[in-house]
Amino acid sequence: MASNEEILAGLAEIVNEETGLATEAVELDKSFTEDLDIDSISMMTIVVNAEEKFGVRIPDEEVKNLKTVGDAVNFISNAQA
Amino acid sequence: MARKVVITGLGATTPIGGDVPTMWKNALKGVSGAHTLEDEWVAKYDLPVHFAARCSTPALEVLSRVEAKRMDPSTQFGVIAAREAWADSGITEIDHDRLAVAFATGIGGVWTLLDAWDTLREKGPRRVLPMTVPMLMPNGVAAAVSLDLGARAGAHTPVSACASGTEAMHLGLDLIRSGKADVVVCGGAEAAIHPMPLAAFSSMQALSRRNDDPEHASRPYDRDRDGFVMGEGAGALVLEAEEHAIARGARIYAELAGTSVTADAYHITAPDPEGLGATRALKAAMFDGRIQAEDVVHVNAHATSTPVGDKPEYTALRAALGAHVDNVAVSATKSQMGHLLGASGAVEAVLTVLAVYERQAPLTINLENQDPEIPLDVVTSARTLPAGDIVALSNSFGFGGHNAVIAIRNV
Repeated sequence: MASNEEILAGLAEIVNEETGLATEAVELDKSFTEDLDIDSISMMTIVVNAEEKFGVRIPDEEVKNLKTVGDAVNFISNAQA
Repeated sequence: MARKVVITGLGATTPIGGDVPTMWKNALKGVSGAHTLEDEWVAKYDLPVHFAARCSTPALEVLSRVEAKRMDPSTQFGVIAAREAWADSGITEIDHDRLAVAFATGIGGVWTLLDAWDTLREKGPRRVLPMTVPMLMPNGVAAAVSLDLGARAGAHTPVSACASGTEAMHLGLDLIRSGKADVVVCGGAEAAIHPMPLAAFSSMQALSRRNDDPEHASRPYDRDRDGFVMGEGAGALVLEAEEHAIARGARIYAELAGTSVTADAYHITAPDPEGLGATRALKAAMFDGRIQAEDVVHVNAHATSTPVGDKPEYTALRAALGAHVDNVAVSATKSQMGHLLGASGAVEAVLTVLAVYERQAPLTINLENQDPEIPLDVVTSARTLPAGDIVALSNSFGFGGHNAVIAIRNV
């Protein structure tokens, strides 16, 4: 079971791998589309990589609700519980 | 009077050089880009062929990791070559609505397609990457180049197996002559050094089996040739309407004087033994460029080093050029870099343009005992092309009976 800090760090690594953005730029209040400029195809890649890394399932219909990095961290944290 | 089309930019990434200056230096020196493959899959699948000609500069040394992630290896090579050609053209301002792309491939995103299939079987559909479709589609390379350069007058992908790169030049010439574009970035890209294509080409007995001596395996016109050597890479050329190039004071390498495409309609893979389709293509390209046989001083031949392919091309050259063929310096550059399939025509177009511009013919290596049935004047040592007005031809032929020829004239 990962802490929220560990989930954020893991997510930041996945975002960096996909987009080249610095891991420090991936903060809880950042919007994936508005702030991080992540398009829908990259978002799906990030989701699938996060599923593998954290051992959770993020349904496709849920992805549109993950507007900020914090939303994703919370979803993954709850899904792991 | 049709618009005159000139070539103002060149780019390439190949087994004998990761850029045009390096490739050209090696092409005049005569080197082999073929080497034993170190990949574990050669033994794993017990492939009958253990070697190939990989690009001398890996794409990841040129592109960023994130950029490369969204491109199939073939597209990576294409974008690298297109960027070099674009920079070389010196174009800084352009009407992007008048800029087109004609970028070919023979096979397309074969690595992406087969990796995705492996992922599906091993990990399930959820793990198949969302970028899979745009990465595997054959037009992926033309689309990537169009995106990269902001080319909005169409992004085209001629696909005609090993004639594809030359057919891209044919299309590019048409786009400018017909007024649909002022500048076209033409090229071809291929990255098929993967166990499946190697197995498939081996099955049809097309690849050389000279596993103990890869550097000497590609030997066009040699009595002991036994097949082609798989290569990879890309070539790119900036075609430009002459008046557009002159208006911006561009350095002009040469004129793309004429092109042609014909089909054998004879057999799905075997060339017409009489070379009739190739002859018609040669004659049509010369007619298109208002070229007489005596104008031709150099040919960059298709010459893949297969037992059945090299001779019909000779027959066609003799039919099209007559006795004058004996005065023509013929280069078989696949002897050095292997066969780049859909990229070969584009890379050979770059070499042919440089041959005319620099008045030097690239070398044919590994010709130890010339096939007596192919009495061509093959360039095996440094050769200067004559001064004055000259024309060089480059041939490409592909499975499916595709024949494509371009004619390059000095300016």
